[in-house]
Amino acid sequence: MDVKKIRELFSKELVVINMGLESFADNLRKEDVKVLPMDWKPPAGGNKRLIALLEKLGR
Amino acid sequence: MKAKIEEANQEAVSRIQRAKPTLVDVSTAGEAIPGMKKNMILHAGPPVTWERMCGPMRGAVIGGMILEGFARNMQEAEALAASGKVLFDSCHHHSSVGPMAGVVTWSMPVWVLENKTFGNRAYCTLNEGLGKVLRYGAFSEEVIARLRWMAEDLAPALKKALLRHGAIDMKSLIAQALQMGDEGHNRNRAGTSLFIREIAPDLVMLDESREKIAKILTFIHGNDHFFLNLTMPTCKCTVDAAASIEGCSVVTTMARNGTEFGIRVSGLGDQWFTGPAGMVEGLYLPGFSAKDAAPDIGDSVITETAGIGGFAMAAAPAIVKFVGGSARDAVRYTQQMYEITVAENDTYQIPTLDFRGTPTGIDLLKVVETGILPAINTGIAHKEPGIGMVGAGLVHPPENCFHDALEAFAEKYGK
Repeated sequence: MDVKKIRELFSKELVVINMGLESFADNLRKEDVKVLPMDWKPPAGGNKRLIALLEKLGR
Repeated sequence: MKAKIEEANQEAVSRIQRAKPTLVDVSTAGEAIPGMKKNMILHAGPPVTWERMCGPMRGAVIGGMILEGFARNMQEAEALAASGKVLFDSCHHHSSVGPMAGVVTWSMPVWVLENKTFGNRAYCTLNEGLGKVLRYGAFSEEVIARLRWMAEDLAPALKKALLRHGAIDMKSLIAQALQMGDEGHNRNRAGTSLFIREIAPDLVMLDESREKIAKILTFIHGNDHFFLNLTMPTCKCTVDAAASIEGCSVVTTMARNGTEFGIRVSGLGDQWFTGPAGMVEGLYLPGFSAKDAAPDIGDSVITETAGIGGFAMAAAPAIVKFVGGSARDAVRYTQQMYEITVAENDTYQIPTLDFRGTPTGIDLLKVVETGILPAINTGIAHKEPGIGMVGAGLVHPPENCFHDALEAFAEKYGK
């Protein structure tokens, strides 16, 4: 496994994109890591019935 | 199936893009609107009975009956409306659209729009102005007198002037208006001005008194929303051409009657999917507040359905002074609508987005998938009949309309 790129990543200033719960970013922010929140929601808001209907239509 | 739906959706937006909505005549509802009857009253939104109509729609129906001579006062009109002798139907069932209450009666003048590419027509009454007006449920003597003047003086003069001028390409006018800071729903200052530029030279050449022509031009000049009743049938005859395409998930109607919000989807024909009309968040005229507001009402959301209005708010930052929010919000609303639409309009463009085309062709599947609901800007009517406009703001459709439509779409087209 090429770990060079991973080492490079952690030797630079980290900018993290947070997908999901805002609280995921809290610990990183405490460490002064820049976190950019992404406006992301699961498909159909995670509603299983709607997801099944969308899948029936090939989505 | 996915490819078939995408193909059908491309066909729908192709028809929307190829539409040539053109102002061809000024007529009356009785003469022009298909299926119109003397004892029929058309209204905005999905079909609704007198018993379920909200306050402003009841007010507009009462005013329409007084205008037509069916009743002399509110009490007589209410009794007649409840008697079943008057037929109520949705404007959309008659190739028509009406702002706010959207009430159309037999003798009212209407704009006649023709989609020159596909031959279908659409109709809409003439705009009365803001404040105490029929479409907001007001029916006092001044409201009825204004409607009579519109039918007796304004509309015949506009008809003759239009005949002199020749048909007007509405798509071109709206495209220009968007470049001048309108979005075609609640900001129509540029569109109204452009219309005056088109029609004034022919109006003044009519064999009419200078006072009469001056009154007509002053009326149009004094009403920034005059152009709204032209953008609406323009959008109606544009999206109607994309209706009833097999396998197509593009939304071809959004409309509200003040009780319910309804949508129709191209691949599901004429079936309505409805949910409760929402409350509008916005700015109020002095003396009014949210407690005075009626729920969301009107067919003017046909503009958003066709890719302007709330979908083109980035073109109209000044609109936030009317509907609330910031100029940045106006841009954000437009940008978000690209997430739920099939195409970018090839004619309606937004200068501040480097002339990007407006988001066009709402895809039912994308709405459900993303959870992003169409952004609509709109006027707010007083909840009681007879009072009129109290403000303007922003609103979204109820999400269950889209969920129910998806159920039906998957039932019809799913594996």
